Amino acid sequence: MKRRVVITGVGAVTPLGVGAEPLLRRWAAGEVGIQDGEGACRDFVARDHLSVKEARRNDRFAQMAMVASDEALAAAGWDGEQPYPSERIGCILATGIGGLESLEGQHDNLRTNGEKAVSPLSVPLFMSNAGAAALSMRHNLRGVSFALGSACAAGSHAIGTAMRMIQAGDADAVVTGGAEATLTPLARASFRAAGALSPTGISRPFDARRDGFVMGEGAGILVLEEREAALARGARILAEIRGYASTSDAYHITATEPEGTYAAKAMQAALDEAGVAPDQIDYVNAHGTSTELNDAAETRAIKRVFGDAAGRVPISSTKSSIGHLLGAAGAVEAIATVLALNARVVPPTLGLEQPDPELDLDYVPLRARRLAPRNERPLALSNSFGFGGHNVVLCLEGAA
Amino acid sequence: MASTATPEAVERRIVEALASFGPDIDQVTREATFEELDIDSLDLVELAQIVEDEWGVELKGDDMKGLKTVGDAIDLVVARAN
Repeated sequence: MKRRVVITGVGAVTPLGVGAEPLLRRWAAGEVGIQDGEGACRDFVARDHLSVKEARRNDRFAQMAMVASDEALAAAGWDGEQPYPSERIGCILATGIGGLESLEGQHDNLRTNGEKAVSPLSVPLFMSNAGAAALSMRHNLRGVSFALGSACAAGSHAIGTAMRMIQAGDADAVVTGGAEATLTPLARASFRAAGALSPTGISRPFDARRDGFVMGEGAGILVLEEREAALARGARILAEIRGYASTSDAYHITATEPEGTYAAKAMQAALDEAGVAPDQIDYVNAHGTSTELNDAAETRAIKRVFGDAAGRVPISSTKSSIGHLLGAAGAVEAIATVLALNARVVPPTLGLEQPDPELDLDYVPLRARRLAPRNERPLALSNSFGFGGHNVVLCLEGAA
Repeated sequence: MASTATPEAVERRIVEALASFGPDIDQVTREATFEELDIDSLDLVELAQIVEDEWGVELKGDDMKGLKTVGDAIDLVVARAN
């Protein structure tokens, strides 16, 4: 029988605060963590959580991953002794880019002060695997560890890949998730040039006035364990990852395939792995970027998979509250989804005041609702799609 | 650049630099070893950059290898600068 994979701990640093708890509580209360057109983690001060050396030797993206990982491991009850041999615990950390702030800083340094002024810490600060390495060293995770990149789909890809590693027996547990901190002049200018950023600075997925995404930063970390081993050690099971699937559009480097054809195939395959029919799904956490194209294509994809049930499933976008966390988005959204399922709440799509006549599903505008599970345990899909045409879907089952 | 490399000035600057890398400034004594202070080769390269900026003393990898204590680094810089 296939090894089953459960989530036993989560941790987050988001524009709504440091910790997973404020993420759901504040989002469900209708609060928006976006200010001046960006979702910065204003409450996150590295030195509140890390030593001088730790803070100095890690880019902001890795710092946020470290802090979120401390929370996730403590939540999993790992703050004492590790429940598995260290070489059986992996670490897969997603990031869109890596330490961009450090890269830009050292590039400025090079141009201003010359080659000899470039810091010897540059590469360990900006390499994309710096976060995975930092977590591995911090928590003595000696199984397979690496960074994973697929732009805005990376956080979900990391979780899915970690799940497969445990299923295959390559690890008994994996610390996974994503981290991103690219609120920098270059990233801002680049996304703006590509026409992806909202010129109004408002994230309002599925609204008729949506005009692009709002960039955010943060980290989301999950502890995944093989279910039998987790039960044997008396772990509290937050959720089971029932299904994971990934496809690629092979269509355009930035634009979503407008019909959502392959996004739909990923959703279907995740449902198939879970052995779940669409009408059993209680909630869809949409990718919902607030771009013209994504929200239309994603709506088509949901209709394609759900058929008649599409109008009856509540759908909402975490990005309406915190913006788009890029490589961290999928991880933070999976965490928000699990917490929402377990709190029996459907968090809202904020900013959705003027429905787009083309987008006619139930996007849970403005106000949270109570979630009454259709089954003993609530079920959700979490969608993530990335530049490059990467589509990832997770099927998550909350606690009874 | 190039302030006068008196032993006192060099000690003050090196202690300050090392403390900024992580250890408490009270720990950074002449006798303290880099190992005790958790100062590694990357930190020492950064220290060499600071020393070169400050006094124009260029320290190469081989120079750094022999250094065990904070005092060793101070003495080397003072000797080279004068």
